[in-house]
Amino acid sequence: MSVESAGRFHPRRRSRALAGPVFAAACLLATLTGVLALAVLTLAVVAAAASDGGLIDLLHRLAVNPQSGDPARAGFRVGIVGSAWLLALTALIGIPTGVGAGVFLEEYMPAGRLKGAIQTNIANLAGVPSVVYGILGLAVFARAFGVSGLALGPSLLAGALTLSLLILPTIVVTTQEALRTVPPSLRHAAMALGATRWQVVAGHVLPSALPGILTGTILGLSRVVGETAPLLMVGAAGSLLRPPRGPMDRYSALPVEIYNYAKEPDPAFQAVTAGGILILVALLLSMNAVAIVIRDRFRRRR
Amino acid sequence: MPPPLANTTPDAPLLDPDDPWRGQSRLSAVAEFVAPILLALCGLVTVLTTLGILAVLVVQSVEFFAAAGIGVGDFLFGLELRPGARPPRFGVLPLVWGTFLIAFGASCVALPIGLLSAIYLSEYAPRGVRAVLKPTLELLAGVPSIVYGYLALLLVTPALKAALEPLGLRVDHFNAVSACLVVGMMIVPSVSSLSEDVLSAVPQGLREAAYGLGATKFEVSTRIVLPAGLSGVAAAFILAVGRAVGETMAVVLAAGTMARFTLNPLTSVETMTTYIIQVVGGEASYGSPKYLSLFAVGLTLFAITLALNVLSNLVLRRYREVYR
Repeated sequence: MSVESAGRFHPRRRSRALAGPVFAAACLLATLTGVLALAVLTLAVVAAAASDGGLIDLLHRLAVNPQSGDPARAGFRVGIVGSAWLLALTALIGIPTGVGAGVFLEEYMPAGRLKGAIQTNIANLAGVPSVVYGILGLAVFARAFGVSGLALGPSLLAGALTLSLLILPTIVVTTQEALRTVPPSLRHAAMALGATRWQVVAGHVLPSALPGILTGTILGLSRVVGETAPLLMVGAAGSLLRPPRGPMDRYSALPVEIYNYAKEPDPAFQAVTAGGILILVALLLSMNAVAIVIRDRFRRRR
Repeated sequence: MPPPLANTTPDAPLLDPDDPWRGQSRLSAVAEFVAPILLALCGLVTVLTTLGILAVLVVQSVEFFAAAGIGVGDFLFGLELRPGARPPRFGVLPLVWGTFLIAFGASCVALPIGLLSAIYLSEYAPRGVRAVLKPTLELLAGVPSIVYGYLALLLVTPALKAALEPLGLRVDHFNAVSACLVVGMMIVPSVSSLSEDVLSAVPQGLREAAYGLGATKFEVSTRIVLPAGLSGVAAAFILAVGRAVGETMAVVLAAGTMARFTLNPLTSVETMTTYIIQVVGGEASYGSPKYLSLFAVGLTLFAITLALNVLSNLVLRRYREVYR
């Protein structure tokens, strides 16, 4: 190295050594903002709910009472029952359809231009805003384009059908991913022993992909519990005093009732809304946590 | 117990009456034939959903233009949205502006936070920390938007009022800033998780070459890994903007329903999604021009989010081609 170029060599070791930790700290902080936000939210919601007296008392009262204009007697019973109905109906309709579509695409359909188009279509469906699914459900299920014999009106079934379409992309994609992790040697071994295609799929591939499919299914279903906009579109009622008795009955849902209480200008409703949010978040986080634990355990085993 | 070797020529298969496979062949033949058809029908539902969305939006929008007696140009470039006025004005631009304002503000929050968090997860986090953080962030992505909307009403707007009103700035109860903040927080998980996938996929050789030349970890992260993964990060970002555009409940609760052009983010604005919810929840009867206008607004919203999704996929595909 000549003397001249040695003079132009400035390693700036000190400032470079300083920049690293600062940047790393900023990155860590950014990663934790979401967690911090959730912690702050939980604390604030618990505080708002507890401003009304005992938290346990409040939650009990909210779970037992129907919707009411009187904050001391208001609750979410009708909405909770409605959400349970929606969850069950959507699981019955959406899971078989989604898993079936995933199995067809992954195990039966030959690769080609058509399959590529369908895959692109599913990826785009996953990006469609939920309120657009609400518009679809409103026009097709609730109104049936004005054909009165077919229209389901503001019934549980119309809501469940809409939500089934909404979670379809999630379930199809996770089913496909789960099926792709099943080693081809398993299929080959079963086929070599004389199993037919459907026997290979139903007897061997699906059981070994089950944990992955289950994860996707639970993640999809947790969206069903939290979605509000599409239900407002297909006519979930704001205030109902009795829970639905069948799939053709009028209904309300937990997040829809939360939305109605949140709009109330009377600050006395704040504890009611906060309690509803607590119930909703606890329900969703436990559903998602179960899904993630199942998936991680499954990954580790392989 | 192996069978006796005497009769090895396969002439007629002797059916054992106790054979558990006996009689199954017909049933399994039916299943073999029916199963693919049923599965294909399930696959068809995904295609029908897209066609259904397109058909509903286009057919009802045409009906809207006929019922309201306005042209597509009046709708797309109209500067006024007053469905109650005489004659009613149905210009979509105030809603587009509101949506743009919210999406832009949310991006300003989500891009730096999401990007830094992706860099942390892919470059800095030790294996154990990463194993805890990644599922936690996924958990956050499952918090529904109504919860974020309530967070805006409960915490963000009061905090903004407390911070800005002493300075002489008027903060409305419904305002764009708190909507931007909560929507931004909401889309952080999607920015960070997709960007992290992309940054982790940058070939290890690039990092090693830079370390070999004496670069620090900071320099490797910001000058080697980030530029190499830039188009993937861009794709993640576009996708997240699409989510912010389609976001409904958080904006409905936080930003209010004033459809207008404003540069003041401390006042209320109305987005396309809010308008749709507003019309359905209002007293406009089915078939009236005001009610039908929600389909035209829905079509506009669908077109914008679809364009963003397609763009994101194109950018991501180009990125994958570079590192194949």
